[in-house]
Amino acid sequence: MSAASKAGVIEAVRKTGVAGLFFVRLLGACLPALARPKLIIAQIYNAGARSLIIIMLSGLFTGMVLGLQGYELLNRFGATEALGTAAALALLKELGPVLTALLFAGRAGTALTSEIGLMRATDQLTAMEVMAVDPLRYVAAPRFLGGLIAMPLLTAIFNVIGLFGAQLIGVQMLGVDHGTFWSQTQSAVALKDVTEGIVKSVVFGAVVSLIAVNEGYHAEPTAEGVGLATTRTVVASSVMTLLLDYVLTAAFM
Amino acid sequence: MRANRSFEIGTGLFVLLGLAALLFLSMQLPANGLKFSFSKPVGYDVTAQFDNIGSLKVGAPVRMAGVRIGQVTRIDFDTNTERAKVWLLINPHFNQIPMDSAASIDTEGLLGGQYISISPGGMPTYLKAGSEIIQTQSALVLENLINKFFANFASKNGSKSSGGGAKEQK
Repeated sequence: MSAASKAGVIEAVRKTGVAGLFFVRLLGACLPALARPKLIIAQIYNAGARSLIIIMLSGLFTGMVLGLQGYELLNRFGATEALGTAAALALLKELGPVLTALLFAGRAGTALTSEIGLMRATDQLTAMEVMAVDPLRYVAAPRFLGGLIAMPLLTAIFNVIGLFGAQLIGVQMLGVDHGTFWSQTQSAVALKDVTEGIVKSVVFGAVVSLIAVNEGYHAEPTAEGVGLATTRTVVASSVMTLLLDYVLTAAFM
Repeated sequence: MRANRSFEIGTGLFVLLGLAALLFLSMQLPANGLKFSFSKPVGYDVTAQFDNIGSLKVGAPVRMAGVRIGQVTRIDFDTNTERAKVWLLINPHFNQIPMDSAASIDTEGLLGGQYISISPGGMPTYLKAGSEIIQTQSALVLENLINKFFANFASKNGSKSSGGGAKEQK
């Protein structure tokens, strides 16, 4: 192994260690941060309410595509009545949490990273430390908690809109019976499936927010450094989302 | 102050919307959740009793000649007759269904759900709210059908080889 790649491996291990230590410190800062709900509410607005349009549009079109593709496939077996079941299970268990997490990483995660990274680059975080104000408590923890709270809510909205999108195509356009669509869906979906989706979305929310806050907090304090950190946020959170999705799916089997 | 207010309202709307979506997913969607109907369909109720309804569910369509004319609104067990009692809500538009029409439970498609098919009779009086469809045919339960087929098959084979020795199987 060459010296350069050895240094690269050590650097990667060090970065993981930094992220792990940061996570522990962040968790420690979360409890005192709860004493300032205004800061958290502001972050729920930033991460959640402002992602609403993109989530709703994506959910609608995902559902509509599921309606079309599901109908096309089920029609081959003469089982188009199962369209609602197929769409609901696909949305609840996989597409809802995963697509929302990917969109969330792109929409809210990047904003978090570049915001905190710029605070670091313009020495705002250092100024806070000088004033004996813990930036973890006032900057990082509210953003992490805001993302953690916003993700499950966004996922639920994505799922409901997607389901109605599938219904729009399946029932209104392709003529699956309305009553059959919903009664088959209701009889096939168990509370366990809903729980699986919610647990996934909470985990994804925590991971994406953590990666975004961590990358911003440890970004190199230059314009280039902030840009690189933002890119790393998207790449790392997308990969982690898909990886953890497999782990969680296997765990729920 | 103004901007602060609007962002608080935005956050509140988002959180309420999210919670409503969560409630819908966990209470309305699963079969074992709490349910309340949000839109009341119009029409008139008729009842029918079946020996076996198979896997018929509330919300299943009622069809006549393949056309949807209503839906199943309630399924219960009648302790007097010891049969399944099914309430059908028929669209007010279809108000000339003969009194002696027959109801049967059919399956749509291969994996499809079950629905009630009504074949019209010939009486000049029509079904109205509260009337009962007397002639009914139960759901075909696939397992029973297969059992019957095999029993029949076995007895036929048996009669061929040992001269009707397995006749009592029928």
